This record gives sequence, structure tokens and C-alpha cells, in this order.
Amino acid sequence: MYSRTYKSLVSLPPLVWVGTFLLLPYALMFAHSLWAVREGVIVHHWNLDNYKALFTNSLYAEVLFRTMRIAASVTLCSILLGYPLAYYLAFHAGGRRELLYQLVIVPLWVSYLVRGYAWKTILGSDGVLNGFLQYLHLTHEPVGYFLYSPFAVVLMLTHIYTPFVFLPIYAALEHVPRPLVEASQDLGANSVQTFWRVILPLSVPGLLAGATLAFVLSLGDFLAPLLVGGPSGTMIANVVQSLFGAAFDWPLGAAISVGILVITISLLFLSEFLEKRWAFQ
Amino acid sequence: MRGATLLALYAVFVFAFLYLPIVVLVLYSFNRGGVGGFPPRHFTLSWYTQLFADSSVWDSVLNSLIVAAASVALSLGLGLLAALALDRADFPGKRLFRRLVLLPLILPGIITGLSLLMFAFLAGVHLSLLTVFLGHSSALISVATTELFAGLQKLDRAQEEASLDLGATPWQTFWRITLPNLKLSLIAAGLLIFTLSMDEIAVTFFLIGRDNTLPLEIWARLRRGITPEINAISTLIFVASVALIVVWYQLRARSLGARSQEFLEQLGEPS
Repeated sequence: MYSRTYKSLVSLPPLVWVGTFLLLPYALMFAHSLWAVREGVIVHHWNLDNYKALFTNSLYAEVLFRTMRIAASVTLCSILLGYPLAYYLAFHAGGRRELLYQLVIVPLWVSYLVRGYAWKTILGSDGVLNGFLQYLHLTHEPVGYFLYSPFAVVLMLTHIYTPFVFLPIYAALEHVPRPLVEASQDLGANSVQTFWRVILPLSVPGLLAGATLAFVLSLGDFLAPLLVGGPSGTMIANVVQSLFGAAFDWPLGAAISVGILVITISLLFLSEFLEKRWAFQ
Repeated sequence: MRGATLLALYAVFVFAFLYLPIVVLVLYSFNRGGVGGFPPRHFTLSWYTQLFADSSVWDSVLNSLIVAAASVALSLGLGLLAALALDRADFPGKRLFRRLVLLPLILPGIITGLSLLMFAFLAGVHLSLLTVFLGHSSALISVATTELFAGLQKLDRAQEEASLDLGATPWQTFWRITLPNLKLSLIAAGLLIFTLSMDEIAVTFFLIGRDNTLPLEIWARLRRGITPEINAISTLIFVASVALIVVWYQLRARSLGARSQEFLEQLGEPS
């Protein structure tokens, strides 16, 4: 029912824009990763040295593993907080469900940076937590290791991604057919069995979506380590950032970025694949 | 029954965790002794008066508002076209296009930011609010496209067909049938894009020139140390966002929550 003119009129502008301002820049990132720096200037000399450096210099592998450990901890903590909360809202909250749901959304509207800043003021050695502990006479000296540690990064990112993990899980739990749950209970399963055999399997797609999101977004974060991480909380994106800044090695930084990109996209495909497999069963 | 009580207690604990930083932030914006220590002792509004006199903060707020408004306009326009194209047209690379549009949302901001930085560098463009605006709109077209595509899918095609059959031109049909029917999706997408742009930092970080947006102004101050002025401005933004949400819910109960769910699900499984 739509004419060819209509179709090309609606397709062309977004195609041109996305081609110019997304596809081309991403392609440039890839091209840079195959170039080199000679005497402080980027030369368009095609080579694989940057990728070789990633595999031979153990420093990069070390930071990448730390980053993955942090991202995995964030994912796990967000699930441990988000899943029971979603379960409570979907099955036990009764009339307060709608209000509580909104209460989970509200923190999403508080700026990422501001929430990071708030954690900084809580965890710092002159911070609120230390003040609180001393007020209760639990400690007498300020405790220094709350802030500027991988722990602080995990805490801050967990705080940010818990609502993101909660949302798809809650959506999945809300769609669990209630008659199925009742049937399981009528047939003699207790609530623990009903959870493990009926509810949990049906919520796996939501769980996967939330976990993938939390992991992938934590993996490429560079602001949390700068805000609360300190040197021991440095993540892979911080390496990229310094290579693009003071260290001035755009090609090497681009190669690491391509690595992050490949990991991210593979994880998305993996998650999609697992979800389909699960649905098929 | 005991299990249910435990679960409720756990939910209270999770809510406490989610709100602790926000409560601390707001509380200490009124604390005369500044940020830190416990308990906050003396009530004061001096951080707010100091904030209102601080012109560089308000300049950055203005910059953020300009960038966000412009990004809403451009990404809504292009997102609407993209959604129409995905819904109604067939073109080579359609699947790739769909995934590519979504990419900036799921990729770490640093990758999108640096890619655009290299692009600006090779194109010889100086970094300014204009590059920030280009970055935001390119990244946020994804939000507009998903929201409006979902809206289009729910649209009743019969109305458009009737309009075309009765002799209206495609242009008239677009203005008088398609667009009014998409009004709520447009508002929802616009609000979301506005908020995301106001808050954006990872992409902005690499594209900013001399003039700061609000998040980068806050960032610059954080490097110099903690100041309760940041608590004050954050509290004001928080109150403004909550007010915006309340207004929006008055307009249309439930929809945003349901939409952001759909939106997140699509993020988790781009296809």
C-alpha cells in the first residue's frame, strides 16, 4: 500500500545518517586498530602489531581478567538483589505492587554520575559510613579500604544495574501463567519445589536478558573505576582511555576497543542463542 | 508464611540499598558541616544559595538543556523515519541496519565516544557542543527507533488504508492519521531521550570542547574534591525528574514502565 517514493523517503535519511555517524566511525575504530604510531604521529601503515601486543603483553590479559571478575560480581550481586525483589513483587506484593514497581524505577532517573558521587561520599575515609561506625563506637579510626578498591566499583555498579536486572526478570515472572503455579501446588509440590521446577525455568529468558545487560555494561565501564576504584580497581576501558589520552597510542587503544566490541557482541549472540535453546525445550 | 515474611524483609533491604545513596545525597545537601561524618547536625540552605550564585553551573545546565532539546528533535525525527522504514519498507541490509541502530545502547559508551572522536578528528571538526549533540543524537536514535517501532506495530493499519482509499495523499495520511496516533509513543520517546541526554557522560566525555554540559561540569568539580554544592544541584535535578515522572504518569498511567520493560527486553535480545 505504500509507494516506492514513500519507502525511499522514509528509509534514506536514517540510512545515510546511521551510515555516516555510526557505521563509518565504528569502521574507523577498526581501521585505527590496524595502523601504527611512529614518532608521535599516526601512520596508515597496515599491520597486526597492536593485536600481537594484546596477546603477548600479559598486562592486558591481567586487566581484562580483573574487569571480567568485576563484571561477573556485579552481575551476580544484581541478580541476588534483583531476582528476589522481582519475585516478591510478582507474587507477594498484592495491592502495593504498582507503587513498589515505580519505586524500583525512580533510582534509574538519578544520574549515573550523581549516584557514583553519592557512594564516594558514603565510602570515603571522612565519609558517612565511617562517621556512622565511629558514632556507634564500632571503630575508632576511619577505615580506609571502603573507597578506592574493586569492592567499591562492584558496589557502585551493582547499585546502578540492579534495577536493569530487575525489570526483565519482573516482566518474565509477571507472565508466568498463574494456573500453572496453582496446578503445581494442587498436585502436592511445596512452594520451594514449585519455584525450582515451574517458576524459575519460566523466568530464565528474563534472567538471561538482565544478566547480559549488567555484564556487558559493566565490562566497558571506565567512570566507576575513576570515581571509586583507585589504582587497584582499574578496568580495561581505563586502559583504552589512557591510550587515547596521555599515553597517545590511538591504534593500540583502538585494538583493545575492538576486543571489547567483539566480546560484547559475542555475549549478546550467546545470550540470544541460549534463550532460543531454552524456549525450544 | 515465614518464608513470605523473610522475603518481604529482604525486599525492604533491597529498597534500602537502592535508596541509601539518594537519601544521603539529599540529607547532606542541607548539612552545614558539609558532606561526610555522622549524624548530619545543623540544617542550612547555604549550599543552595551558593549554588544559585554559581554561574558556571547554570551555564552548564543551559548547555545541557540545549544539547538535550536538539538531540530530542533530531533523534525523534530520524528515529520516526527509521521506525517507518523498518515497519513498511524493504531494503538491502535491513537486518544489519536494525542491529546497527541498537548498537550504541548496548556497546560501552567509551567505544561509541572514541569512534566519533576519531571521525571528528579525521573530518577536521573541532570539538564543541555541536560534536556532543551529534554524538547524543546518533546514539539516541536507537531509543526513538525502538519506541516508535513498537508504537507503529500496535497501530491500526485500517485507518491509514481507509484514509488512502478515500483519496488522501500519503502526506496527508501521515500528518492526519499516522502522527496523531503515535503521539503518546513520541512523547514517551522524547522524555526518555531528553533524560538520557541530560545524564550522558561516557560519550560526552570524549566529544566535549570548551563548554561543559552539566554532568561534565560536575565531573570537573569532583576532580577538585567533594563539595556539598554537588549534593544541592543533584537534589534539585532529582526533584525535577521525579516531578517530570509524576506529570507523565498523570498523562498516561503505566505506559512508561511497560515501555521501558519492552525496551530493555529488546536491548537484551537485539534481533
